[in-house]
Amino acid sequence: MDYITIKNNQRIAFAEIPVLDYAAFYKVLTDNLLIKPEAHCVNYYGVPSDKGVQLICCIADDETHTINVLSTIVSKSDTLQSVTATYPAFQLFEREIHENFGIGFSGHPWLKPVRYPHNAADKSQTIANYPFYQVDSEELHEVGVGPIHAGIIEPGHFRFICNGEQILHLEIQLGYQHRGIESLFLQKTKLLQRATLAENIAGDTVIGHSTAFANVWESLCGFEPSRQLQLERALALEQERTAIHTGDLSGICTDIAYQLGNSVFGRLRTPLINYFQRWAGNRFAKGLIRPGKTNFPFTPDLRDQWHSTIEAYKPDFIEMAEQTFDLPSVLSRLEQTGRVAPETARAIGMVGMAARASSVPRDVRASHPWGYYNDVSYQPVTEPVGDVYCRARIRYDEVLRSIDMMSQIIDSMDYKSSSADALDKVAANSFVVSLVEGWRGEICHCAITDAQGNLLHYKIKDPSFHNWLGLALAVRNNEISDFPICNKSFDLSYSGHDL
Amino acid sequence: MLSFALILVVSLFFSGIVVRTKSLASGRKGPGIWQPMRDIWRSLRKGSVYSTTSSPVFRVAPSVYFASVLAAIAVVPLGSNAGLFSFPCDFVFFAYVLALGKFFCIIAALDTGSSFEGMGASREALFSMLAEPAFFILMGTLGLITGHTSFLQIFSDLHLGSTLSYALVSIACFLLLMICMIENSRMPVDDPKTHLELTMIHEVMILDNSGFDLGLILHATNLKFAMYGALIANLFIGNLEVSVAAPVFLGIQFVVAVVAGIIESFMARFRMSHNAQFILVLSSLALLMLFGVMLVNN
Repeated sequence: MDYITIKNNQRIAFAEIPVLDYAAFYKVLTDNLLIKPEAHCVNYYGVPSDKGVQLICCIADDETHTINVLSTIVSKSDTLQSVTATYPAFQLFEREIHENFGIGFSGHPWLKPVRYPHNAADKSQTIANYPFYQVDSEELHEVGVGPIHAGIIEPGHFRFICNGEQILHLEIQLGYQHRGIESLFLQKTKLLQRATLAENIAGDTVIGHSTAFANVWESLCGFEPSRQLQLERALALEQERTAIHTGDLSGICTDIAYQLGNSVFGRLRTPLINYFQRWAGNRFAKGLIRPGKTNFPFTPDLRDQWHSTIEAYKPDFIEMAEQTFDLPSVLSRLEQTGRVAPETARAIGMVGMAARASSVPRDVRASHPWGYYNDVSYQPVTEPVGDVYCRARIRYDEVLRSIDMMSQIIDSMDYKSSSADALDKVAANSFVVSLVEGWRGEICHCAITDAQGNLLHYKIKDPSFHNWLGLALAVRNNEISDFPICNKSFDLSYSGHDL
Repeated sequence: MLSFALILVVSLFFSGIVVRTKSLASGRKGPGIWQPMRDIWRSLRKGSVYSTTSSPVFRVAPSVYFASVLAAIAVVPLGSNAGLFSFPCDFVFFAYVLALGKFFCIIAALDTGSSFEGMGASREALFSMLAEPAFFILMGTLGLITGHTSFLQIFSDLHLGSTLSYALVSIACFLLLMICMIENSRMPVDDPKTHLELTMIHEVMILDNSGFDLGLILHATNLKFAMYGALIANLFIGNLEVSVAAPVFLGIQFVVAVVAGIIESFMARFRMSHNAQFILVLSSLALLMLFGVMLVNN
């Protein structure tokens, strides 16, 4: 066998992952696994082993709802044939492997640093003297934005090369938020510490990342969550999606100076996140998702509060959204701005909401369902064009979809406090990959355990990792003054990328 | 003299009314109407910080800008009461003394060497340049219909009463309001509230100004608002007695501020590339007025 086919959250023995030599590995990827348009790479990373570096690649097949995993062992001094040359979606994965292990890739267009405090091989090369992409021309000018940002968001550096008001090229340099989360997962040995770490991977995707971690951990322990627990987690995930999408619509209105939309969507977001305050004691739902249990069981009282919150929210939200998407001055700003064509979105491996706005129906809830989503056959929402309008509009449609789903979830709850089974010991020598559709898109956590059942390696991928390149391509040939709305329409995470 | 004083008074609360209107329109209580002035007063008491790359041009520019606005206000009358001074063709003086101030603002922005400010300066220069014909054609039309060339004589001769003058005054109101918004870099061409330096016009030009200089620039904006508001008010005041004219003047300024607030509340700003089109439309609207008056005069 060239690869092993598994399901989302399925635990396998680590030794079951076939180890090929790189030439065969490359051939299986390019000639077999990646040919289908429904296939895309969800994670590709290196694990240090005694023989060198083991590269593990997980290719999700959305059509058959499976994940194909294969691996190869290479040495750090190797120069490998780049998959990026054929499948550009691999560019960031190969850059990360190059940055972490020094492995070269021939045929890769640009092994640009991913997270860049300094070069691992040569410490004198730092971000301070990093050679940004330049065009030598009297006509063009450069505009650098960040890393200290004018708004109160996270740090990242954007370097534009412009012809007057028109953007020709945007180079995005991140890494300022790098906290070493993945190695912290190994250093912190208590489950509570790790669950807390998972919550803090990206502050706006607390439920998404903590659900992915809980899925990984429960799979490693062989724990099957109760029906009620699955429902509660799905409810929390959809509630988070609804809240963040509403806040993003407010942000998009701010960036086009549409004050009414800004303030009304802003007001509507508040009761949604305040609902988490009532449920879990804080507005970002930290502490709500814990492996193997819940500290905040859903109660009939919370059900009534949910209904009254949504009854007040939904009519206002629909009215405001209809008005916004009907206003000529808004449409003139959003339509045909920052377009990512469907073929581009597919080629660079975009995921989640941004991909669906470019009519690429990638949604883990439909393609690799887990827990509650196994029982509903979810149909992804897509938009045809891939411009800022579509990325705004898809939020509106997904919010309505999520509200319907939450209402069904609440109707099927039974409120019996399930006696929580204690988690078993973590299985030794195992491998688990977990996919979760957070509000931004596909979250992927991969764990490997050693012979004692301790974590040997933990790999995290936030959807932002795929989508930052989408933003860089979306703004090409747009006006530089439209960059902020393009950026907001993607709303990518800096800390989720930098880890 | 009276108009100069009234404009200074109005400038103190004009921004406050705009901000308050926007707050109420979005369902918030909002700050008091003196808040913008308090912010300016706070800036005025602070010292300025200068970048080592900037030259003396950068230091004098805010004062020149502020002085140019005051000089322009000096020729604005109150109906048949002259401003500080008045002479034939003073509207040309008015336009170009403002342009002088703007010129200094632009070269000061370029002086900082920041790519943002260069971008803002080029936008501001373009949009002001495009707005200039609209203003001159408008004043030319008013001059043609009254047969005079100074603000004082034009406005004291202009009176409502015929269908033509109603039509003229309504178009002139719209034009002056839009020129006011463009010159002050407000909606729909620019959004002063945004924090996004890439999309701003005026605000991005003054990123390097601080303390006293910033206070001067901010108050100059208030003065320009009140100044254009005064021009609009003058379309209606004509030969009214001072005792009537002054309250009418204040009332119209209030209405202008509220209208500005409403425009800023209920629409999105234009795409940068549509601004030029929009401003040119103003010029063609002014031309329409001019041809109308020429037809009637014949």
